[in-house]
This record gives sequence, structure tokens and C-alpha cells, in this order.
Amino acid sequence: MYEIDARDVHYRELNAKIRKAIKEHNRDIVLHNVCGQYYIGCGLNDKNIKITINGVPGNDLGAFMNGPTIVVNDDVQDGIGNTMNGGKIVVYGNAGDVVAYSMRGGKIFIEKDVSYRACIHMKAYKEMNPTVVIGGCSGAFMGEYMAGGTLILLGLTKKEGKPLTGVYLATGMHGGKIFVRGGVDEKLLWKEAVVVSPTKEELGKIENEVKEFCNLFKIDYNEVMNEEFVKVVPKSTRPYGHLYFPGP
Amino acid sequence: MELAKDISGCGIAGFINTDGERISGVDIVDSITLMKDRGNGLGAGFAAYGIYPDFKEFYALHVMYDNEHARKVTEDYLERKVHIEQHGGMSTRPIKKKRPIFFVYFVQPREQSTKGESEEFRLEESDEFIFKLVMFINENIDGAFVISSGKNMGVFKGVGFPDEIANFFRVDEYKAYCWTAHNRFPTNTPGWWGGAHPFSLLGWSVVHNGEISSYGANKRYLEMYGYKCTQKTDTEVVTYLLDLLVRKHNLPLHTLAKVFSPPLWSEIEHMSKEDRELYSALRVVYGGAMLNGPFSIIVGFRGGMFGLNDRIKLRPLVVARKGSNVYMASEESAIRYVADDLDEVYMPKAGEPVITMLTDEAYEKVYGSKERTYV
Repeated sequence: MYEIDARDVHYRELNAKIRKAIKEHNRDIVLHNVCGQYYIGCGLNDKNIKITINGVPGNDLGAFMNGPTIVVNDDVQDGIGNTMNGGKIVVYGNAGDVVAYSMRGGKIFIEKDVSYRACIHMKAYKEMNPTVVIGGCSGAFMGEYMAGGTLILLGLTKKEGKPLTGVYLATGMHGGKIFVRGGVDEKLLWKEAVVVSPTKEELGKIENEVKEFCNLFKIDYNEVMNEEFVKVVPKSTRPYGHLYFPGP
Repeated sequence: MELAKDISGCGIAGFINTDGERISGVDIVDSITLMKDRGNGLGAGFAAYGIYPDFKEFYALHVMYDNEHARKVTEDYLERKVHIEQHGGMSTRPIKKKRPIFFVYFVQPREQSTKGESEEFRLEESDEFIFKLVMFINENIDGAFVISSGKNMGVFKGVGFPDEIANFFRVDEYKAYCWTAHNRFPTNTPGWWGGAHPFSLLGWSVVHNGEISSYGANKRYLEMYGYKCTQKTDTEVVTYLLDLLVRKHNLPLHTLAKVFSPPLWSEIEHMSKEDRELYSALRVVYGGAMLNGPFSIIVGFRGGMFGLNDRIKLRPLVVARKGSNVYMASEESAIRYVADDLDEVYMPKAGEPVITMLTDEAYEKVYGSKERTYV
């Protein structure tokens, strides 16, 4: 284990220290007193690297990352997993806006709530298929312009009488799958998306991911799976195809 | 050459102790400086409420001058118009750049010498009096700008990083129950001393991250009511709209927030009949005061502070509470850096104002009166 004290260290210097530690063959890196430093784990490639963060990391955590695992023992800010290619981010807390922005591969697990625009423009290609599991509730525009990948929303922090997503759910979505535990309020849903039941195969995928989620955050798996999951998918792959030119 | 380019947006931060306990500027400087990389050194500033307890009856004019001539012309004008209880150069530390000079004047409206002037500058409407005075100086006196004009508050701002500007104005030596701060990354308008945030008029001050795309429409709307936009920056209109809609039109703050960030028509359709009528009316009557474009703002006012996002939340804002302290910032880390063990941290929803007020006892302690006003 290689420890770095990040107190009052500028993000460039901190990221340089992390890269240096990796160059010196450290694979288990622990950062203490992190407070707002941007781009931690950005562009790192080695899947054997684990970075543990104590404190609140700054925006674009794990951006362009391709392999490592990042564990955050606190809240995270905006843009985690931005254009991430592979690896895993685990957050023991809440996340800010644009979680998994344009994410292309790997996994993100968030214990509690996320703010606006989670999984905006998330995408998939051949064997690249990102998965995001959110334990709490979500702000508006979840899955906006989503093009691929899997988003699972558990709503475990849902309060009585409050919705578990915000408005404009799946606006502009044209690929991928959103699974919501406990159903979706159709008033919040974009008109070009539909709610259906997951297939048996998809339920298998949900079970696997929820199992991993419950192991990470010490949550009772059976209780989570006790509720029904619904699937949100786009009606077509080109929802805006006829926006300007009325077609057939 | 260093191959690096930071693309960023502005940073904002705010703090209030609702019991009216005054604390030094050190924390707010630390908080905004943590987000130093959100700015690029072309503007920073602070608004502070409760800093002049010995002069709380007087309007504190913070005035920025380009040169001595501007000062002379302005002081001649002030002597004609107002009673000056006390004035002096603002105490500053050296800064390594060309900079304007700053003076503070504690003033009250006074009787005008001619009938015409007395009709224009009416003693019984002292806020309106000072508003006209500020508009006149900013529009007509070359090289002079009143950067704040409220009672028991003041703005400190300029071109530089937040720590640099704080050091220049000795912000650490002031004590306030409410602080707001800004770190600027100018996009469409020049980075000059007057263009730094906060923008302030009477008791209002605004720090803003984002872009008011409706600036032109808002500016024209304000001009009909005598507001002159002279600071070359979009945020200025937010300050004047606050003054117009709250001081002159008596809108409650929550309603004002719904003018700035109105619900979409598609949302209005689904409301109850009563709400539908209200929100339709607001959109029709106050179309010219709607703020279009992405923003998060923190507004300081006499006796409180509020934060607001645009209606689809295109900029970040985090709110936290610990006892009677309320914190707001663009990033959670900026709050956590100065306060740990928070009771609550959350990101407010789009268009939902977070309004915090001094308690009644605290208001009376700070302002010496029970009756609340926002300016």
C-alpha cells in the first residue's frame, strides 16, 4: 500500500505523484485528505491498480480511465467516469451532475443519490458495454441522449410520496437500457421512450449487478430484489430523425 | 511553452450564519480559493454583510476611481447630493498590477437645494434616492463606478485570483454574518475591475456562474424603469432585476425565483388550476425579466442569502447546513474544506430557490430594527 497525503496539494501535482507511484510499481494507492482535486485516475490504463480516496475528489474523477479500480469513501462531485473506457469506480456516498458522461466501458457503483443528467450520452460498441448502478434516487434528465450501456436505478433512499427520478427521464435516448426498481412515473418519462418488462436474460444481468452492489455496500440482496424492476427503452434508434424533415 | 490549457467556468461560494454571528473573511477566501482552477485570474470578488456596525444607518458607497479627476468630480457631486457622515480611502495591501483607487463614503440623503432636484431626489424615498445617485454616477461620471451602495454591507472586487483580491482589500480583517464570493473565468465580456462579481446595488449582491443569454432582452426591459447597464457584463441585469422586482414590485423571493427560472409551458400544463394561472401570469407579465441560459447564482441581501439554478440546471450548486451556518458553493469540496461534520449536504433542484434568512433576533441585532426590508 502506497499512501499519499493530498492536503493542499494542487491537482496537477497530485496526479503527477499518483503516476510516479505507479511507475515505481505501486499497485495499491491510498489518498488521504483529498479535497476537490480534479481528474484523479484520468487516463490510467493498468487494471491491477487500485486507488482508494479518503475525502471528496474533484470533478472528472476517472475520466478516460481504462482499467483501474477507484474506491471513494465519501461523496464525489460532477462528471465522474467521464468518457471512461474500462475499470471500476465505487462511491460510498452521493454523486453530483453528469455521472458517467459519455462512458464507454467499465462499471460505476454509487451507494446513494445522483444529481442531474446521470449517464448522459453513455454508449456501447461491440464488447464495450458500460454498467452503472445507482443505489439512491436520481435528478432530472437521467439517461439523456443515452446511446448504449446499462443503467440500474435502485431508489433505496426514496422517500414516501417522492418520485425516484426527476423529470425528462430518458430524453433523447436512442440506445441502451435503463432498469428502474419500483417502476417509473410515466409523467416524468420522455414521450419517445417506453416502459416494458425486462426479459429473463436481462433479469439475470440485473441480479448479477445487484449482487455486486449489495456486497460492496453491505445491503440485504433479497430485500432489494423483492421489488419489481421495469425497463425503459427508446421507441426508435433515431428519435430525432424526422424533427426537421417529415419523413415516411 | 507549457502545453496545458484549462477550460473551466466560474466558481461561486456563499456563507451565512443565521444567528447573525459575524466571522472573518478567512473562511470564504479559503473556500473560493480551493476552486481557484475554475477561474483564470481575470476577476474575483466578495460581498460582505454586517461589516459596518458603527455606521449601520448609513448607505456605504464603495466607489472605484480610475484617476484623481474622477474622484474630484464624484465628490463634488456627492457633496451636493448627500450628507457624508464619514469617508476615506479603503485600506488595501500592495498589489503588483495597475489598479483603480477605492474609496468608501457613509452617506444619507439630504435636502436638495432646488425645487426641481427635490422632486427628482425625494428625501422620503431614501432607497430610490440612492438608486438614482448610483445610476447617475455610473452612467455619467467618466472613470467612477459605485460598486456597492447598501447599508452595513460592502463589495470588494477586482481583476485577479480570489486570494490576490482578498489580500489586496484585506478581506481577512472584516467581519460579516454573510459572505459571498466569486472566481471569474470571463467568456463573452472583458475582464476589468468593474466587471468582476459581485454586482451590487443597495442591499443586493449577485455572484454568478454561467451566462445570461437573455442579457439584451433583460437590459431593454430594465431601461424602461431607469436602470442603466454600464458594467459590460451580463450578471449586472440580475442585480437590477432583483431590485426592480422585489424593492419596487414587492414580489416575494420565491416568486422572484420563478420569474428568473420559470417552469416550462409543458410543466405549467400539468399544474393545478390555481398554479397554472399564477405561473402563466408570471411568464406573461415578466417575460422580459426571465433569465435564459445556464446559471447558478448566489444572491446576498439585507438579512439573508439565496441560491438559485436555471430551470434545467446547467450549472452546479451545492448547499450544506451545519447548525445555524448555511454554505453554498459550486463544488462540495469548497464547503468541506472549511466545514466538516455537516448536518446536511445536497444539490438543489433546477429553479428551486434555497432561501436562508437571519432569525428575527439576529436581524434586530445586526440592523437595529425589527422591520425587515431586503435592501
